[in-house]
Amino acid sequence: MKDASLWDWNPGEKEIVAYDACSGDCEWLEEPVVSPDGEKIARVAKIRDEEEAVFTLAVNGELWESTFERCWYPRFSPDSRLTALCSEMAEWTLVVDGEPWEERYGFIWDTRFAKDSGAIAAAVQQDMQYGYVKDGEPWGEFFENTNHPVMSPDGSKIASVVQTRNIPQADIFTFKEGCFSVAVNGEPWDRNFVNCWDPVFDAKGESVATTVRTSLYDYTIAVDGRAWNSRYQCMWEPRFNPGNGSVVAAGRQGGKWGMLKDDEWIWEPRFFQCWKPAFSDDGANLYAVVAPSFGRWTVAVNGKAWGEKFKQAVSDLVISPDGKRAAIIGKTDEQWGIIVDDTRWVGWFAMAYPPVFSPDSRHVGYAVERKDGQMTIILDGHAYHKDFDKAWSPVFSPDSQHVMIRCLDGGVYKRIVVPISEF
Amino acid sequence: MSETATATKEKEKDLLQPIYDDPGVMKGLEKLDEATIERVINQTLEAEGGARLKILVETCVHCGLCSDACHFFMSHDRDPKYAPVGKVKQTIWEMLRKKGKVSKEFLMRAVQVAHTECNLCRRCVQYCPFGIDTAHLISLTRRICHKLGITPQYIQDTAHSHSATYNQMWVKEDEWTDSLFWQEDESRDEIPNMRIPLEKEGADIYYSVIAPEPKFRTQLIYQAAVIMHEAGADWTMSSLPGWDNSDMCMFTGDLEMMGRLKRRHFEDAMRLKVKRIVMGECGHAFRSIYDTGNRWDAWESMPVTIQHSVDFFEELLRLGKIKVKTKIQEKVTIHDPCNIIRGRGLQEKLRTVVHAFCDNVVEMYPNKEHNYCCSAGGGVINCGPPHKNTRIVGNSVKADQLRETGASIVVAPCHNCHGGIEDIIHANHLGMELKFLGDIIYEHMEKPDAI
Repeated sequence: MKDASLWDWNPGEKEIVAYDACSGDCEWLEEPVVSPDGEKIARVAKIRDEEEAVFTLAVNGELWESTFERCWYPRFSPDSRLTALCSEMAEWTLVVDGEPWEERYGFIWDTRFAKDSGAIAAAVQQDMQYGYVKDGEPWGEFFENTNHPVMSPDGSKIASVVQTRNIPQADIFTFKEGCFSVAVNGEPWDRNFVNCWDPVFDAKGESVATTVRTSLYDYTIAVDGRAWNSRYQCMWEPRFNPGNGSVVAAGRQGGKWGMLKDDEWIWEPRFFQCWKPAFSDDGANLYAVVAPSFGRWTVAVNGKAWGEKFKQAVSDLVISPDGKRAAIIGKTDEQWGIIVDDTRWVGWFAMAYPPVFSPDSRHVGYAVERKDGQMTIILDGHAYHKDFDKAWSPVFSPDSQHVMIRCLDGGVYKRIVVPISEF
Repeated sequence: MSETATATKEKEKDLLQPIYDDPGVMKGLEKLDEATIERVINQTLEAEGGARLKILVETCVHCGLCSDACHFFMSHDRDPKYAPVGKVKQTIWEMLRKKGKVSKEFLMRAVQVAHTECNLCRRCVQYCPFGIDTAHLISLTRRICHKLGITPQYIQDTAHSHSATYNQMWVKEDEWTDSLFWQEDESRDEIPNMRIPLEKEGADIYYSVIAPEPKFRTQLIYQAAVIMHEAGADWTMSSLPGWDNSDMCMFTGDLEMMGRLKRRHFEDAMRLKVKRIVMGECGHAFRSIYDTGNRWDAWESMPVTIQHSVDFFEELLRLGKIKVKTKIQEKVTIHDPCNIIRGRGLQEKLRTVVHAFCDNVVEMYPNKEHNYCCSAGGGVINCGPPHKNTRIVGNSVKADQLRETGASIVVAPCHNCHGGIEDIIHANHLGMELKFLGDIIYEHMEKPDAI
C-alpha cells in the first residue's frame, strides 16, 4: 500500500489534464475514473479503426500501448494502479497498468481490491465453471456457479457462495436438499445449505460467517460451516465483532426486526427494518440501518435509534475511524441529505455520495450533486466555494489537515488540496 | 355409487388433471399429514391474516357482483366455480371455516384455484360494492401453499432461481454481461457509436429488465438500447446481481425472498447513484418494485423513482427526444396489462405512444382499467406446461375481444401478457401479430445515428 502521506498535500490547484485529452485517434472516450491520490484520470478509449473493434485505456490522455477487442470496468486500486477487464481473441483477462495477467478466461468480472495488501481479485468463468482469480492465480477448484464474493481484510483469501451440486432443469426437489455452500480460496465447507448469502470474514481473515436458509422457511447464520441452533423468519447479512469475534445479524420475528448476537437477541425485534450492521474497530459500538416506524429510516447505535430520520430511504452508512461517530446519507421527498451523529445538516441535493471521515474522525465530507447537475464538496456542513462539472468523493490527508478535491472543471481534470481551516 | 356420482367424480378428476401432472404439488402433498396442514394454515392465518383478512371475509355479502368481472367465469359459461367469490369459497373461506382441518383433496383444488385460475388481476375488486381485494385473499392462499410446500413445480423453480442468482432464469453473472456485450456488438452494425453503458455511476437512468430478456428476448435489450441512444439518454445497466427486476417469489408467497430481491434491486440502483430506475415492458415486476416488494422492506414508497417503459416512452415523445419516422397503417389494437393500468393508471400514456406510431388503432372493449387480463399474469404462466390449457380455455373472452377488433397487430407492453396472448392467438387461430412498444418504436422512429 502506497503511503498516502507521500502524496502531494501542498495546498493549491493542480490541472492534471484536459478531460478529452487522447494521445491517439480516438472515436470515443468513456466514463472517467480517478485514482485515490488524485493524480490520474482514466477512460476506456475506442480507437478509430475501419476493420475491427479496438479498445484500450487512456490515462491522463495517454493511451496504453496494448490494445484489446473490448475493455470495461476500469478501476483504480487503493495504491492507484489502473485495472481493466479486457478481451483478446474472445478470451478475457485482467490488465494492470497496461500489463495483462498471463491466464485467460472465458469471462472475467467484478474486480475486487484488498484495502492494504495490494491484492487484486476478480470472478472468472472457464469452460462454464466458476471461481476466482487473485493476482493472476486462479482457485484450485471451480464450481457450477459462484456468487457473493468477499475478500479477507488482508487480501489473502476470497470466500464466496458456491453451487456444489448440479440441479437438473426444474428439479425443485434436488434444490431443496441443499446445493449451496461457501468456499474459501476454492475449498468448500463440508456442509450444504438450501441457500447461502453475503459471506463475510472476521477481522483476522480466519473465520467466515454467512446467512443461510436450511429450508425454504428457516433462516439462520452459519459460521465456518456450522449453523446456529435457532431458526428465524428471515435474516440479513452477518458481521463479526472485531473485538471479540462474536457474530451479529439482523433477524425477523413476528414481522419485526432486531439484532442477534451468536444466536441470542441483543436488540429486541421492534424495528420495521434493520440491516447493514457495522462495528467500530474495537467492537464496542454496533451501528445498523433501521426503520423505527414504517417508512422512516435512520441509524441505531447499540440498539438505540437516532431521532433524526429520512422519509424515503437511506443509503451509505459510514463509521468514523475511532468508531465513535457515524454518518448516513438518505432521501426525503426525492432529495438527498446527510445525518451525522443524529444531526441533520442543512442542504438537500439531487444526489449524495458516501460520507468520508477524516483519519482523526473529527471531520466529515461528502460529494453532492445540485439540481442543475453541478457538483461540489460539503465539509462539516459547509459547501466549498465553487461548484464543478463533476466531483468525486473527498480524500483527507493522513494528518487530517487537508482535503483533496478531485473534479472536472471547465473541461479540465483537477486536483485541489484545501486546508480544512480554509474550507 | 350412482351413475351421476361417478360422472361427477370423473369430471372432478378431469378438472384436477393438471394438478395430478404437477409433481411440485403432488409430491408436496405426499409429505403432508392432517396435523401439519392444520398447524400451518392456522399459524399463517393467525400471524399474517390480521384485521385485513377479517374485514375482507366479514364484509363480503355473497352478492356475486364480482363474477362478471372474471375472465375465467365468463369463459366457462358463467360457472360459479370460477367466480371470484367462488374461488375464495374454494380456498381461504374453507380453511377459515374448518379451522385448518382440510383434506389433501381440498388442497389440490385450492392450489389449482389460487395458482392457475386467478391472475391476481384485481378486475373483480372494481366490481365489488365494497372493494374487497380478492387478489389479496388468493395471495394469502398461495402463501399457505408455499408454507405447506405444495407450490406448482415450474414457478417454484423460478423462485429457487431468484434465491440462488437474484434472477428468475438461472442466468449466471457472466452470461448476463456477455448478453449485453453481444447486443452492443450487434447494434454497432447499425449504429457504429452505439453503447450499452455498464456500471456508469451517476447516470440519470438505471435500466432494468427481467431475466427472460437476456435468456430469449435479447432483441428487446437491443431495441431499448437503440431507443436510449437515439434519445440521448444518460443511462446505465448493472453488471452485478440486482439487474433483474422480476419477482416470482411475490407470486409463490415466499415474501421473505421477495423482500430480499427488492432490497438487492434498489440497493444496486442506489450503488450506482442513479436518479431513477426505468424498467422494461413487464407488468408483474412493476407491481413488485412499485407496490409490493418495496413495502415488505418497509419503504413507504420507492427508495428510487420507478418509471415503467410505457411512461418513459411517452416522456421521450412528449419531450421530442425521439421522433416518429413512419407509421403503421395496419389495424392495431391495444392490450392493457393489469399491473400498469389498473395498478398504475398508464392507459392514456400507452395510447399516446401507440397512436403516435399507428394510424389505425381500434380499441377492444372493455378496455383500459376495465380490461380483461391476459390470463398469464399473476404467475399463472410461470406454473408451466401442465397448466397451459387452463389459462387458454379460461380466457376465451380475450380471444373473442381480440377477434372482434379485426386487428392484425396487438400491442401488449408486458412480458407475461405476451406469453399469454401469444398462446390465445395461436390456440384460437387468430392470425394476429404481437408486439411490444419497443418493437414498434425501434422500427418506426427516426434514427439519425444509424447507417
